[in-house]
Order: sequence, then structure tokens, then C-alpha cells
Amino acid sequence: MVRLSIPLRQVLSRLTLPTMLVVCLAVVLIGQADQGVSDFLSNGLDDVLAPAYMLVSGPIRAVEQGTGAVGHLFTLNAENAQLREQNKELLQWQEVALALQAQNAALKASLHFVPPPAPKFFTGEVVADLGGVYTRSVLVLTPPANGDPKVLIGAVAMDGRGLAGRVIDVGSRAARVLLITDINSRIPVAIGAQGAPALMVGNNGPDPILTYWSTAQPPAEGAMVLTSAQAGAFPPGLPVGVVHYNSENQPMVLPLADLSALRMLRLFSYPNELSALTPVPQDAARQGGGASLANHRRAGHHRGAWF
Amino acid sequence: MVLSRRPASRRLLPSWRWLDMAARWLVPFILLLLGLFILGMPFGIPGQAMFRPLYAMGCVYFWSLYRPASLPAPLVALTGLLLDMLGLTPLGVWAVLLLLLQAATLGLRRYLVPSRFLWVWAGFAVLATACASLSWLVESAVHHGFVPAFPILCECLLAIGLYPALAIMLIRAHRGPAALEHT
Repeated sequence: MVRLSIPLRQVLSRLTLPTMLVVCLAVVLIGQADQGVSDFLSNGLDDVLAPAYMLVSGPIRAVEQGTGAVGHLFTLNAENAQLREQNKELLQWQEVALALQAQNAALKASLHFVPPPAPKFFTGEVVADLGGVYTRSVLVLTPPANGDPKVLIGAVAMDGRGLAGRVIDVGSRAARVLLITDINSRIPVAIGAQGAPALMVGNNGPDPILTYWSTAQPPAEGAMVLTSAQAGAFPPGLPVGVVHYNSENQPMVLPLADLSALRMLRLFSYPNELSALTPVPQDAARQGGGASLANHRRAGHHRGAWF
Repeated sequence: MVLSRRPASRRLLPSWRWLDMAARWLVPFILLLLGLFILGMPFGIPGQAMFRPLYAMGCVYFWSLYRPASLPAPLVALTGLLLDMLGLTPLGVWAVLLLLLQAATLGLRRYLVPSRFLWVWAGFAVLATACASLSWLVESAVHHGFVPAFPILCECLLAIGLYPALAIMLIRAHRGPAALEHT
């Protein structure tokens, strides 16, 4: 161990903070100049954190379910009755759905309809709720990379009911999903039966707002919002949410996905759907080591956002 | 021969004592990391991500005030970088903010340490508000336009409101596992 004289040590300890400040300012500059550095670092961190979060999330879930079971015992009867009612209703809907499915199949057959290619997907557990004051993102475990994990960049993330977000960063163990409520999220949507086009914009709140809708076809309260194929970033027809007007008469979308309590996400990759309009074309994403949509996000290309 | 050259105080300390001292010295930083990790678990609390920077601010303020040696600037910078990587803020921004917070706290240390808790709390309120406002300015600059200020306002109020609870927890750690032995 090197023994330093006391005055020298005092000088060194006084200089540490200014030196670190300068170093950190340099890091800010480097991070701004080369997004690859920060992406590489945060991908690495995600990969390290994902298994750690996986280890602790198991017991948490067990406790959650355990206490849930005890809590449910008290309301078992009432819940059973409610479930029976619901079941009856759902059985009726099932018949309607089956009839409609048959009709749909017949119509498609008579039109010689070409079905879109089925996307590859897999299900991942949401292990961490990451983000900041102005970011909404979650960490999803991905299976050990079979092939190139970068293929997943831009994959559409859905929970059981609707669209939740899109993959912006992929490491070898985990993928980061930017949620539709994030302030940088811009998603082309189609509203109602007519499929009136609009843009769904995340506003950092729980419900994203609708902009750029045509005044000839204003979004109707309660109308279904689906993704639109405009700009080619999303496949058409994925359920997103329902239109609702807030107290300021601003149309917003109540997301179908339970964004505040995501447990599982399905990640669909549509390799052929991504057109040149996406910020990172699929080819570039495959070739570029550090390329990701996060580059775009962090660089704050507000105008482009992530179609 | 080699042993006899060492100073008496060092020769007497067995290895486990060194380990113990190192552990006590590291407690503040480990607590800080552990807190950041736990706040990332998916508990489903609305605005959970907001707690991470305010927890870091509280810890940096507290330890810089009462035990600056245990949270030196390099560790604070590391914490800031971790915050940036977790929260997708531009790399290094929170590191700079936390270091500024530490510098300000060390500057005010002479007045705050002997004063009553209310003053310490007020000091944190002012510094945390300044820090959060700076982070808002940086976010606005990155987004080429003002981002909503409401989340930052919430963050400030939460930070100020939760500081006493955090302080109680940290004071326990300060007197318990992190306490330096005076032998």
C-alpha cells in the first residue's frame, strides 16, 4: 500500500469531486457524440440485471399469489356466482364468434383472400419495471439467443389483451420494451369500423392521446382503436384500445393492455413488414452491432419518433 | 523482520477486522445499490420509476452530510451512471447532477450537521428541487422543446415528503451496521 503524506492526501481528496465532475461531463459529451457507447453499456447492464430480477421475481410472485389465495377464500361464493353468470354469457358469445368465424372463412374463400404471413412470436416474462421520469419501459426476458438477437429490434409487444409497446433494445438475455405511454411513442392507428387514420401519441400519462385525426371523421367515444399499417412499422389490425374524451375534450385511447401491471408479454417479430420508413431498417439493425431504436429515442429525434 | 517494520496499529489488526471495517465502510453504497435494484422490481406501483432518482438523491444527500468518506465522488458518479442506464436518460446526466448535489451538500455541511432536523429537511428540499429542475431542463433540451413539468413537480413533492422516512431508515443504518467502531 502506498503511503502518502497527509497534505498530499488532503489535496487529492479535495480534487476528487471536481475531477469526477469533469469526467462525467466528458461522459455526457461522449454519450451524445456516440450513441453506440450508451447502448452498449445499457444492453450489458440489462443482460446482467435480467437474471438477477428473474431470481427475485419468483418468490415475489409466489407471495402475491399465496396472499391472493387467502384473500379469495372470503369471496369465493360471490365470485363463483359471478363466474357462472359470466360463463353463460361467454358461451353465447362463443357461438356468435364461431358463426362469424365460419362466415369469415367462407367470405375469404370466395374472395381468394391471401392470408398475411404468420409472425414468429415468443412469450417473455416482464422482470423489471425500468424507466425514468420521462420514460416508460419494461425489461422482458428473452430465451437464450438462437441466432441473432438483433432480429427482435422493433418487435411488437402485446399482453393478453392489446398492444403494449415495441422492443427498442435487445441483449442476449433481455429485451427492453418501450411502452405506448412513453413520451416518445408515436403509433399510427385506425379508428372504428371505417379505419379513420390518426396518430396515437404517448404523453407520459396512463392514456395516450390521439392527434392528426381527420375533422371529417372525428373519433367517436367508445370506438375501437387498432394499429394501422401506415408507414409500415406495424401490422394492421392489432387491438390497441378504446377512444375516450377527457374533460378537456381531447380524444385519448384507453389501452386494452394492463400497462401498469404487465406480467407477460408476447413479442411478435414481423421481419418483412418493416419498410424503409422505420428509423432503423431491419437490415441495418442486423448488421450494425450497436444499432437500435434506442439510438433514435435517446437522440431525441422528436419529429421522427418511432414509427 | 518485515512485520516489525509495520506501524504498531496496523500490525495488531487481524484480517477479519479489516474485512469488518471494509464492510462497514461499504454499507452506504451497498444500501444505495440495493434500493435502486428493489425499486426496479415490477410491483405495479404507478410512477414507480420516479422513486429511483429521488432515492438516489436522498441517499447522496444523507451520506454526504453525515459520512462523506463512505460515499466518495467516484461511487456517486457510478450511481449516477447506473441511474442513466436504467432510466434511458442521456448517459452521464444523472452522474453530473448527483455530483453537483454532493458538492452543494458538502458546501453546506458545516451549517447543516449541527442544526435541527427541520433545517436538514429544508436543505434537502431546496437541493432536490434544484436537481430535479436541472434534470427537467436537460430532458427538455434533449427533446427539443419543453417536456411536461408535472412529473418533475410530483418527483419534488415526493422527494420532500419521503425524506423523513428515508432519513429514519438511513439513521438506523448509520448507527447500526454502518457504524464505525471507535476502538
